[in-house]
Amino acid sequence: MNDRAKDELKPIANESGIEVKPLYTAADVEASGGMAMVGQPGEYPFTRGIHRLMYRKQPWTMRQYAGFGNPADTNKRFKYLIANGQTGLNVAFDLPTQIGLDSDDPLAAGEIGRVGMSVDTLRDFEVAFDGIDLNKITVSLTINGAAAILIAMYLAMAEKRGYDVKQLRGTAQNDILKEFIGRGTWIFPVEPSIRLVGDTIEYCAEHAPKYSPVSVCGYHIRESGANPAQEMAYAFCIAKAYADDVIKRGLHVDEFAGRLSYNFNIFGNLFEQVAKFRAGRGLWAKIMKEQYGAEKPGSMWLRMIAAGGGGGLTFEQPEVNIVRGAYYALISALSGTQTMALCSYDEAYTIPTEYSARISLRTMQLLIEEMGLTETVDPLGGSFYVETLTNQMRQKMEEIMAEVDAQGGIVKLVSEGAIQSKVSAQAYKMQRDIESGRFRKVGVNCYRNEQEEEHPVEFHPYNEEDTRVQIAGLNKVRAERDPAKVSQALARLSADASAGRNVMPALVEAVKAYATVGEMTNELVKIFDRYQEPIRF
Amino acid sequence: MTQRRIKVLLAKPGLDGHDQGAKVVVRALMDAGMEVIYTGLRQTPEAVARMALDEDVDVVALSSLAGSHVPFCSKLKPLLEANHLQDKLWVIGGNLPAQDHDALRRLGFSGIFPTGAKLDAIVDYIREHVK
Repeated sequence: MNDRAKDELKPIANESGIEVKPLYTAADVEASGGMAMVGQPGEYPFTRGIHRLMYRKQPWTMRQYAGFGNPADTNKRFKYLIANGQTGLNVAFDLPTQIGLDSDDPLAAGEIGRVGMSVDTLRDFEVAFDGIDLNKITVSLTINGAAAILIAMYLAMAEKRGYDVKQLRGTAQNDILKEFIGRGTWIFPVEPSIRLVGDTIEYCAEHAPKYSPVSVCGYHIRESGANPAQEMAYAFCIAKAYADDVIKRGLHVDEFAGRLSYNFNIFGNLFEQVAKFRAGRGLWAKIMKEQYGAEKPGSMWLRMIAAGGGGGLTFEQPEVNIVRGAYYALISALSGTQTMALCSYDEAYTIPTEYSARISLRTMQLLIEEMGLTETVDPLGGSFYVETLTNQMRQKMEEIMAEVDAQGGIVKLVSEGAIQSKVSAQAYKMQRDIESGRFRKVGVNCYRNEQEEEHPVEFHPYNEEDTRVQIAGLNKVRAERDPAKVSQALARLSADASAGRNVMPALVEAVKAYATVGEMTNELVKIFDRYQEPIRF
Repeated sequence: MTQRRIKVLLAKPGLDGHDQGAKVVVRALMDAGMEVIYTGLRQTPEAVARMALDEDVDVVALSSLAGSHVPFCSKLKPLLEANHLQDKLWVIGGNLPAQDHDALRRLGFSGIFPTGAKLDAIVDYIREHVK
């Protein structure tokens, strides 16, 4: 036997720890559990897709993450994306907004409008969405710590513009447990944070039943170092924690579960990702049906955005990220996602320019128009390899979820920093593996350019003037609003928060009175306190 | 040179929540035998300067990925100097565009480790430059 033959027999495992064989046959499918969980698209357990005809009926929604500067700048970018064929919006907020600070807060200095648009009051939403038909374009708000406030603001803005809130669609990210694991825009401690998520779910179930108040994110947990099976398993544990909070209040699972949605990541091995999504659909349906007694099919659907994550893109040879993005979009389409987004090739450097955002959009459009990805449902279904891997990934996820439960549950593990510590140890190992070349990254540890070229990246400029404009706008609103209404609404908010009532009605009232994000947050901090991050390695 | 363990304060400045990289660097420095105090998220310049003084560290390290590194370091520099920490090693890593590197060096951050920097390069730099 020569060296090459020995090489080929070296065992290979995917990132989730499943051994990959050189060939799969029907016997492997059988040995891994058979085809029992496959079924038909649109039917329980939905492994092949949540709808019968999937993209044949309607292609995925394309929703690039965008937002920067003040609301007027963001409004222009939104209109640009819509004019180029984007079918949904995903709003990026600046960090002060995300953690509940007004633009004139000293802690916000230097951060206004930097990584997203700044929002202080309802006026900013009125400007940002001016001229955009909220019935034609669904809006996703990437907001977590301050989500209850911004959901209230979005509903109030829509109502003010004459939309029927009962018919209004849209999504908020509003997944605070993953913010404690990665991304970090928490405000309140763990328990009241979960309660706020529950408040939004409960409120929307009654007042805005078509609005999706939560998008549970495996995405950021993966970016923090989780492997694909952990990404989905931890997300399910988190979704269950929210569902448990709402069920405790007396709601039946079918009253709200149909509006829960998910956000997952796609970088990595193509087959492992596709199997992850297929496995996840079956597992979530099973959990909802068997553990929660869901009866409506919609309550069992794993509705999701599958997004080409920044974690897979490289700083080196950034133009190669355009190609990576194309593969990620392909994976996303093969996975049967409802919504797709791609990090742009320049995101390791800067906020995407209009040019790079358009390339991402065209990448997704190309799959629809030229590659035949919308013609047939679940085209990889029935492949010996994909079906085997789907069974194995589902079992892996079940094992991880059982382990979380055995250790006291996701809320406890996140509160103690245990999940954070685990994924960060994995991120460290991965970084070492990349640096040693054990884990291959093109342009990073193999196929490097002899001489690094000038990178064709145009920097998104940060405009200091935006801060002045934003604060001037905030002061104008403060001067024009009725202070009696504001203090009345804030007093109600405080009373409801401390009495354990749902705070959403009070937030809607406060938002309509043009209370600021900072004022509302501070009222809640007085009752709930602030989160203290556990530091654990 | 005495073999005292190098003591590093690794801080997350401002409101940026990206801590994956910072935590990876903490582990690399610990594996290299250094003592590391990791601050967690959302540190003000005042807090960083105070901890650097109180903990008597050899290295003040920042990890910044959300673009506010220059304004933050501009505020931090006079505070570190007021605490007589100008002789300590100041380093920064993260999403740091090349066009900002001169400004960061002028602000006293001699070690600059943008995205793509290797862990061993960070460890070696600190070992070589701690006075």
